[in-house]
Amino acid sequence: MTRLPTLRWSSAEIAFWLIPIAAFFLFPHYLTLGSQVIIAGLFALSLDLILGYARIISLGHAAFFGLGAYTAGLLAKHGYGEPLSGLVLAAVIAAAAGWITSFLIVRGQDLTRLMVTLGIGLMLYETANQWSSLTGGIDGLSGVEMKKIFGVFRFGLDGRTAYVYSLVVLFVVFNAVRLLVRSPFGLSLKGIREGERRMPAIGASVRRKLVAVYTVAAGIAGIAGALLAQTTQFVGIDVFGFQRSAELMIMLVLGGTGYLYGALVGAAVFMLLQDYLANLNPVYWQFWLGLLLVLLVLFARGGLIGGLVALRRRFSKP
Amino acid sequence: MTTVTSFIGVLFDGLAYGSLLFLISIGLSVTMGLMNFINLAHGAFAMLGGYATVIVMSRLGVPFLPALLVAFAISGAAGAVLERILYRRLYRAAHLDQVLFTIGLTFMSIAATTYFFGPGQQPVVLPAFLTGQVHALGMDFGTYRLFLIAMVIVVTIGLVWLVERTRFGAQIRASVDNQQASVGLGINVERVFSVTFALGSALAGLGGALGINVLGLDPTFPLKYMVYFLLVVAVGGAGTIRGPMIAALLLGVFDVAGKYYVPQIGAFVIYAAMVAMLLIFPSGLAGRRT
Repeated sequence: MTRLPTLRWSSAEIAFWLIPIAAFFLFPHYLTLGSQVIIAGLFALSLDLILGYARIISLGHAAFFGLGAYTAGLLAKHGYGEPLSGLVLAAVIAAAAGWITSFLIVRGQDLTRLMVTLGIGLMLYETANQWSSLTGGIDGLSGVEMKKIFGVFRFGLDGRTAYVYSLVVLFVVFNAVRLLVRSPFGLSLKGIREGERRMPAIGASVRRKLVAVYTVAAGIAGIAGALLAQTTQFVGIDVFGFQRSAELMIMLVLGGTGYLYGALVGAAVFMLLQDYLANLNPVYWQFWLGLLLVLLVLFARGGLIGGLVALRRRFSKP
Repeated sequence: MTTVTSFIGVLFDGLAYGSLLFLISIGLSVTMGLMNFINLAHGAFAMLGGYATVIVMSRLGVPFLPALLVAFAISGAAGAVLERILYRRLYRAAHLDQVLFTIGLTFMSIAATTYFFGPGQQPVVLPAFLTGQVHALGMDFGTYRLFLIAMVIVVTIGLVWLVERTRFGAQIRASVDNQQASVGLGINVERVFSVTFALGSALAGLGGALGINVLGLDPTFPLKYMVYFLLVVAVGGAGTIRGPMIAALLLGVFDVAGKYYVPQIGAFVIYAAMVAMLLIFPSGLAGRRT
């Protein structure tokens, strides 16, 4: 039986959001890592919209993350360091790029989409690499100076402001996305995922909906990129890298696609694992990452959240 | 005169480069056409061939040409084993699963290669008769590149003969065109695919071995050239020989020409051309699927 979605917050959801708040007080020395986790979660959330809900395979989602990061970074570097409007502008630019490229994406099938997204990501990487007078090229963009948030909260070395700022942004965006996927629009996205050919029969324009969701997802990826630029006050060229797009997919699949929370859980587990394993040896880390992916595909397609849902279903049945 | 000579030189280098890309990608084209399987780890087989060549040459003192055969055999064997134990499970899986799975394999191959052989570039010592220049038509051509083009022509003729003239080739073509009908006609499609996968991996290994001093050889090889291999197949059209060949040669010439004439925009041209081509020909230049 499928129930219609409601907007009521379940107790599990409320408990989930208490975790990052508790972490703020319990682990004051890990707040920098904490904001990285939050940003990765926001980025994975944007991919969940297009992959989990619209089933578009993208190998170049980092393109929009990078655009957001460079937008926010360049604004702040050239004297406009106000964080919130920087975020908004980054989102607008990334969404505009998403809107333009979405027309290329909706045309093709999986392989074409994969190649086109990959190609767009690589083009932006090359552009950032070659245009070093603007972007700093391979050395990255330094000299990003942020102003205080509301003129009060300064981005300090302890990472407290960055953590709270990222968490609030994540929560606000998450709410918007949660509303979106539970709206009729979100349901029609699920319809496209389950049966793209049948959707036109009930009067839904697949093309227009895919364009819309791709644009929104690009905008959110831009916000995530901007958050990274603002909280670390640096933009490296790897924001456009293939590695970032690939790792993003891993986070999402690890957590589980199509649940929204899967993106956040996957990002958290991934980032903490990476922090632990990559400190031991970065080369081994890539091996374990690959193995993790292979095992996930062979044995655990639902990811962590999918596994939890299956468990609960098993126990709730008499 | 110099512009003409340099243009012919670029064209020649581009063709050599493109034929190498073709040799490596042809196996990928067949697997995509035959099983609709997106294999991002294809470059790992090419890398395996490259490392096999370097190892048997430096540690066992095998000469270059027999070492190429070793590369061919080892990559083919690895392809056969992996197809049997891993790839086969995912033929009917969603494309997303195939993508994730093969990215995982790629990462593992990179890490394992770094662990065993270090992160650096691997050198290859070519035999004396393959180095130097050949003087013809008032110009100098690199001997090795001529050898490369000749090799690829020979392999391609063999491949076309296999696919067009033999019984096994007919089975491949039938399976690509309509898998269900082929099964109905008593073709063992699974076996056809196993053999084709192994052959494609072997050719990739041969390409990787031949390409050591053209493409370079280090652990990031499968990722560095992944786009190129995919591009050849996606632009050329999966499941054919002619399509990927045209695409590979075009890509080779444009890439070399782009890096020679407009180095400041570098690889940008290729990616832009790829996106444009995919939009104009969504199923490839010689695509079979509509």
